[in-house]
Amino acid sequence: MALSEQTAVSQDVAAGATAPKAAREIIYRHTVVVRVTHWLNVLFLTLLLMSGLALFNVHPALYWGNYGYPGVPTVLTITGQLDPETRQPVGTTRIGDYSIDTTGILGVTYDANGRPRPGAFPRWATGNLGLALARDWHFLAAWLFVINGALYLLFGLFSGHFRHDLAPARDQLRGRHILDDIWNHLRLRQPRGAEAKRYNVLQKFAYLAAIFIILSTMVLSGLTMSPAATAAFPFLFDLFGGRQSARTIHFVTANILVLFVLVHVIQVMLFGVFNLMRSMITGRYVIRPERAT
Amino acid sequence: MSRIITRRRLLTAGAATLGSTLLAGCDRFFDSATTRPLLDFGQLMSLRAQRLLLAGQPLVREFSLADISPEFPPNGTEMPAGLEYFEFFASGFERWRLTIAGLVRNKLSLSLDELKAMPSRTQITMHACDEGWSAIGQWTGVPLAHLLQMAELAPQARFIVFHCLDEMEPDAFYYESIDLFDAFHPQTILAYGMNGKPLPVQHGAPLRLRVERQIGYKNAKFVTRLEAVDRLDTLGLGRGGFWPDRGYQWYAGL
Repeated sequence: MALSEQTAVSQDVAAGATAPKAAREIIYRHTVVVRVTHWLNVLFLTLLLMSGLALFNVHPALYWGNYGYPGVPTVLTITGQLDPETRQPVGTTRIGDYSIDTTGILGVTYDANGRPRPGAFPRWATGNLGLALARDWHFLAAWLFVINGALYLLFGLFSGHFRHDLAPARDQLRGRHILDDIWNHLRLRQPRGAEAKRYNVLQKFAYLAAIFIILSTMVLSGLTMSPAATAAFPFLFDLFGGRQSARTIHFVTANILVLFVLVHVIQVMLFGVFNLMRSMITGRYVIRPERAT
Repeated sequence: MSRIITRRRLLTAGAATLGSTLLAGCDRFFDSATTRPLLDFGQLMSLRAQRLLLAGQPLVREFSLADISPEFPPNGTEMPAGLEYFEFFASGFERWRLTIAGLVRNKLSLSLDELKAMPSRTQITMHACDEGWSAIGQWTGVPLAHLLQMAELAPQARFIVFHCLDEMEPDAFYYESIDLFDAFHPQTILAYGMNGKPLPVQHGAPLRLRVERQIGYKNAKFVTRLEAVDRLDTLGLGRGGFWPDRGYQWYAGL
């Protein structure tokens, strides 16, 4: 079931064949648990993101510490206002002391008829959810995400998926190897042959960080906003520096997660959409042979 | 600069056109009769899981005087309309009474002074609004458990309903309800004092509920009548509170 396990070889290179065509090798790359939890994750994280942006829109300001309300210094705000002179709607994103005009993207967006709509995040991103429904969807999706994630973690731990596929191999941790891998990434060069049978080291770092740092931060900072959860686990306040800090960290980490997904999708586009999508749907992944040098 | 903005506007308008057809379907998906049971199931999971976590009835974190927020935004009604409340207010709540009725052995009618003479509890806690903001305040009041013990609940009582003096819509006064698990928690109090002073009108004078393990709107203000009941579907629109009747969660522990 491990990543490198070879279950099928499509083309038999007959012994003694002259000038053998490079073998097109197919490996079984993703187990059914990884594939199913991956696609469920796509669904649940989409629901979480949309309902989360809808929740942000209800009070589009972030603070630090335990309390925060209009009048308290903000870390970030996204507002829409009418410019008193031009009478035009202006969307402003403010990070600390810096203001950026984000009219059309954040604060004020335009609908299909070109009419301005107030709201930090545009309607298409929030599903137009009101507060009550956004909370319902966010918490339902959070449950489904946590259950799905727990199944994945248990599987990863006991099947050897983490140990074999995600933990960097000793040779991958050498400085030289890491530098080579960075160089390969910069040239957008994809590993071939034996190296393609395992995740490259930057990929492993990225996945480990996404699973164990980003996603766990999302869950814990989310729980810190729940008065019942902090009654059971008061140390959550200390972990994040207060309820409003946790809300800010929740928002920032969600943005990092979106960035991760963007890079992830771009890489899929760059390195063979068909092959990579097939491997995440059927499990089978074609290894491109080593270049003859 | 203006060209960039125009292009940006064109792009976003284009994206919006493309999306608007999807959006109609999206709205229907998010708020439909078919997804509602799923959402209710999610609410039930949260209630069950958090009750399990809180089985030992731990206290919420209490803060120090220095942690009290400089301001405390009033939410909901800031001054109930109508002559009745105005007369209470003008008389310094002398004619105001808290009544306790429903499934109890002893029906009670208590004045503000009588409440203040009872055992009290003072706690500095965080008020977390479902909108996202939070504030910290100090509350002084009577533990609800004390009042319920005086009234002696009938065995079939399952919920305590808090009827309030503020009329939100014609013939719809604010009300909220909690179950006995929350009602008997030591930090569940009916507060008549805030930050060392009498409870201000905008925070629910003369008496408001503090149910510290739940979100802001559960903390009913202007409380005037407690009712012990065995079911919630006979009150208001049937979902146990003014906001729950309007789509908000009855259990708001998160």
